[in-house]
Amino acid sequence: MIRAPLVKALGALGSPTHQIASRAVRTSAVVAQTPAKAPEKIEVFVDDIPVKVLPGTTVLQAAAEIGVEIPRFCYHERLAVAGNCRMCLVEVEKSPKPVAACAMPVMKGWRIKTNSDLTRKAREGVMEFLLMNHPLDCPICDQGGECDLQDQAMAFGSDRSRFTDINYTGKRAVEDKDIGPLVKTVMTRCIHCTRCVRFASEIAGVDDLGTTGRGNDMQIGTYVEKLFLTELSGNVIDLCPVGALTNKPYSFVARPWEIRKVSSIDVLDAVGSNIVVSTRTNEVLRILPRENEDVNEEWLADKSRFACDGLKRQRLIAPMVRMPNGELQSVEWEGALIAVAKAVRNANGQVAGVAGQLADVEAMVALKDLVNRLGGENLVTEQDFIKGSGIDVRSSYLLNSTIAGLETADAVLLVGTNPRYEAPLINTRLRKAYVHNELQIASIGPNIDLSYQHENLGADASLIKDVCSGSHAFSKVLEGAKKPAIIIGADLLARPDGAAIHATISEYCQKLKKPDWNAFNVLHNSASQVGAFDVGYQPGLQRALQGQPKVLFLLNADSGKLTRDQLPKDCFVVYIGSHGDNGASIADAVLPGAAYTEKQAIYVNTEGRAQQTLPGVSPPGMAREDWKILRALSEIVGKPLAYDTLDELRSRLDDIAPHLTRLGELVPASNSDASAQTTPNKSISGGAIDVKLKELRDYFMTDAISRASPTMAKCISAVNKQQRQNEEAKQSAAI
Amino acid sequence: MLTNCAAKTLSVVRGSLRAIATSSAQRSDNLFVHRDTPEDNPNIPFEFTAENKKRVDAILSIYPEGHKRGAMIPLLDLAQRQYGWLPISAMHKVAEILGLPNMRVYEVATFYTMFMRKPTGKYHIQVCTTTPCWLRGSDAILDTCKKQLGIGVGETTKDNKFTISEVECLGACVNAPMVSVNDDYYEDLTAKDMQDILSDLKADKISPPGPRNGRFASEPKGKPTSLSEEPKGPGFGLQAGL
Repeated sequence: MIRAPLVKALGALGSPTHQIASRAVRTSAVVAQTPAKAPEKIEVFVDDIPVKVLPGTTVLQAAAEIGVEIPRFCYHERLAVAGNCRMCLVEVEKSPKPVAACAMPVMKGWRIKTNSDLTRKAREGVMEFLLMNHPLDCPICDQGGECDLQDQAMAFGSDRSRFTDINYTGKRAVEDKDIGPLVKTVMTRCIHCTRCVRFASEIAGVDDLGTTGRGNDMQIGTYVEKLFLTELSGNVIDLCPVGALTNKPYSFVARPWEIRKVSSIDVLDAVGSNIVVSTRTNEVLRILPRENEDVNEEWLADKSRFACDGLKRQRLIAPMVRMPNGELQSVEWEGALIAVAKAVRNANGQVAGVAGQLADVEAMVALKDLVNRLGGENLVTEQDFIKGSGIDVRSSYLLNSTIAGLETADAVLLVGTNPRYEAPLINTRLRKAYVHNELQIASIGPNIDLSYQHENLGADASLIKDVCSGSHAFSKVLEGAKKPAIIIGADLLARPDGAAIHATISEYCQKLKKPDWNAFNVLHNSASQVGAFDVGYQPGLQRALQGQPKVLFLLNADSGKLTRDQLPKDCFVVYIGSHGDNGASIADAVLPGAAYTEKQAIYVNTEGRAQQTLPGVSPPGMAREDWKILRALSEIVGKPLAYDTLDELRSRLDDIAPHLTRLGELVPASNSDASAQTTPNKSISGGAIDVKLKELRDYFMTDAISRASPTMAKCISAVNKQQRQNEEAKQSAAI
Repeated sequence: MLTNCAAKTLSVVRGSLRAIATSSAQRSDNLFVHRDTPEDNPNIPFEFTAENKKRVDAILSIYPEGHKRGAMIPLLDLAQRQYGWLPISAMHKVAEILGLPNMRVYEVATFYTMFMRKPTGKYHIQVCTTTPCWLRGSDAILDTCKKQLGIGVGETTKDNKFTISEVECLGACVNAPMVSVNDDYYEDLTAKDMQDILSDLKADKISPPGPRNGRFASEPKGKPTSLSEEPKGPGFGLQAGL
C-alpha cells in the first residue's frame, strides 16, 4: 500500500532525496523520534562560516541554520521536495555545476557559496526564464505586494531585461480553471512549482490537482472539469508563490500594504487555529493562518478562512426589545437594560444562563457571576455532553493526547466523530501520522471518507463494549501500540447512554495509559465548550429548563436546539450575541455583542489550550463586548460585578482556574482515574452511532457566523452542483 | 594596444549576444485539458477484452507489490492498442486497476505524445519531418498524404480510417524519408511510394514495411562502398623494421 504517493515515488528512485523528503514533511515528528544514538554531525561551510549539521541535511537547511536564506519557489518545508523550480541553485566548491540546494544533502567539508558569481548568474538565469513566460500583470494581480516572484525578482533577478518581444507573441498563455468558489485561478501566472499539487496529494488527501502536458505546454489543473472540493482548499492560496491561485472572495479588495494585521484565534471550530485578521477601515477583509506548531502548523480550514464575510451580515447593531405586538424593536441601551433588569428583579432568583458555541470565557464568567448573584444556579452549555459528574475531572473532557501529539500516535480509534469536518486540522495530523508514521486508524460510526484509509468497525454502539473489553480484534492493535488514542465525538456523548460510553472508554484508556501519554480524547466541535466546563458550566439545556426559569440568558446560543415551546410561558429570554440567528429570534430582549474579531477574549480549545483573540475592528453600531454588557446590566440590577476592566476580569479568571490566563500554554490535565470509578451505570444500549457532519456540504455552515456568510452559501451550492452533475452523468451512463 | 583592441571587440560581440532570440514559441497542437465530446466522455464504458485482461495480469506480475504504479504506461499502451486511441474512460480503467487517483493517470497520459487522447484513425500515418528526413524530401511525402487523404496534419478522415501526424525523429534517418504507419516503418520513400502505400491501406491491404528503394535495411544502395576488397593480411602497413 502506497501511503505517500509523491514521497514514495521519490524514494523509488533510490536517491538520498527520499530521506530528506520525509524529513522535510514531518519536521516536528522527527524531533520526537530522534533515535537514542544521534549520528555524528558533519561540518560544512556556508559562505565560509562553519556549521555543523546532521547527515542528510540539505544545503538549504544547512544555510538556514546560520540565517542565510536561499531563494526558492517549489521547496516548502511541510511538503515533499520536488526540486523543479531551480531557483535554489548554489555553487559548491569543486562541483562542476551549481546544485539545487533544496534537494542536495550536504557532504562533509563542502564549501557552499550562496553569493558567488556563479550562484548569482544561475539565479538570474532561472529568474529570466520564469519571467519570460510570466504575464507581469502585477498591477492587476491580487498577489502584488506579497508575491514571492515579485520579491525574489527584485532581490535575485537581473537588473535589466533582455526580453525584446514587445508584442508578447511568444508568451505562454494558459486557460483559467474553475476549481470552486474559494480559489480564483489565473493559470498564465503559474510558474509550475507544484506546491498546490503536493499539498492536495499529501496533506489534503484529495488527488485532484496535477500537472498535465509537458515542456512549455505543461499546466497545473484538474484535467477534467472538476472543482477542487476539500475543506482545506484555501491553503493552496497561501502556498502559491505567485498570483496563480488567489482568494476569490478577496479578489480586487485590498493591497497588502493597506491592511492592518491583528493576531487572533479562530473560533469556528474547537481547534483554536491561530489566525491573522486583516482589516482596513474597520472591516475584516480576510483571515490568514498564523504559524503555531502545536495547533494548526501553518494551515487553516476553509470555514475559518472564508466565513469572515459572515461577520458583516445579519449583525445585531442595536439593542432590541420585544413589543407587546410581538415584534422586536430597536431601543437605546438604557431602555433595553432597564427592561431586562425589570424582568430579572421579578424573577426572584429563577434565572438561568445558556452559553452557545461562540461564547468566550470572560463573558461566560461574567454571566455565571451575575446569575449566581441573582440566586440562580443553572448555567449550562448549549452543546450537550454526558450527564452526571463526568466533567469534574478536567481530563475527562479534553483531547488529552494533544493535537501535536496525535501525529506521533500509532493506533487511533475514532468513536462517533468525523474529524475531517469537525476539526479539519486535527484530521490533517491524523493523516500525517497515517502517511509517515504507519498509523492504524479504525472508526466506530458511519463509514465516511476521512481522506485516509481506515477500518470501519461498524456503526453499532455495542462495538464500544467489545473493543473496551478487549475481545475485539482492534483491541489487540490498541493494546499493542506504543501510543494508542481513542477519540470520542462530543455529539456522541450527548446520547442517553453517553455517560456509560464515556465511563467504558475512559476505564479502558486507563489500561492503555503510558507514561506521559493519555489515550483518552474528546473531540469537541464548539470553541466555547472546554472553557465553559473549566469555569463551571454544566452540559445540556435540560438542566436549565428544569429550573423553570423566569429569565433565561442566551449567550451566543444559536444552535436552534432551544425553542419557545420548551420554555415556561412567562419566561423572559435575553439574547446576548453578535448575529441575528436562532437565538435572537426567540428572545424578548436582544443585546448586541461583539464577534470574535471585535473583542479581546479567551477561548480554550479542545486540548485545553487557552488562547486569546484580539480586536481587529470595533463592534458594529451600538454593539458592545459581551462581558461589558453583563457588567452594565449587573449595575442596573443592583448587584454590581466586582470587575470594571478586562484586567480585573482576567484576575477573576485566574482565581477560578489559573490555566485560563496562561495564554498559549498547554497545561496538562492530571491523568487521574477518578472519573472512571464514579459512574454507577455502565450499560451501553445498542443502536447505530451517527455523526452530524458526514459530507463536505454539511461542513460549511455550523454556527451563526458561517450561516450568515455568502461565501459559505456559495460553497454549499458548488458542492451540490458538482454532485448533481455526477449523478446526471451516472444516470446517462446507465441509459 | 592589441589587448585593448581585443577587449573592445569582445565587449561588442558580447553586447550583441545579449539579445535573446525571440522566435515564436513552439506549442503542441494537443489540448492538455479534457473536454467532454460525444466520442470521449467518462460515461462511455471501457473494459479490457478477456484476452487483454490476461495481458494486464501478466504486466502487473512484473512489478513488485507497492510499485504496481510502474505498470501504468504498459497498461495505457495496451488500452490504446485495444481501442485505437486512449479515451478518458480507459484512463479511468487503468487508474482503477492500479488503485491510483485518476489525476495521476491523466498526468502520464498527457505527458507522452504517443498516447492519442483524441479519436485517431485505424491507420495512424506518422510522417517524420525532422532535419534528415526533411533534407531527403519529407515535405513531398507529407503533401502527398494530405492531398490523397484530403486532411491536414492532426486531422482524421471522416471514415475514421486515417490520421496524419507530423512527428519528430523516429530513428530511421539512414533510410530517410520515412513514415510510420501504426507500428510499421516505411522507409526510403518517394511520393509515388507513399501513394501506393496509402491506396493499399484504403483497401485495407497492408504493404510490406521496410525500405522501398530495394535496400534490405540500412546498407548502402547498390554495392557496399567500403571494406569491399579482400582483407589485407596480418602485418599490413607495418614498418619494415618491425
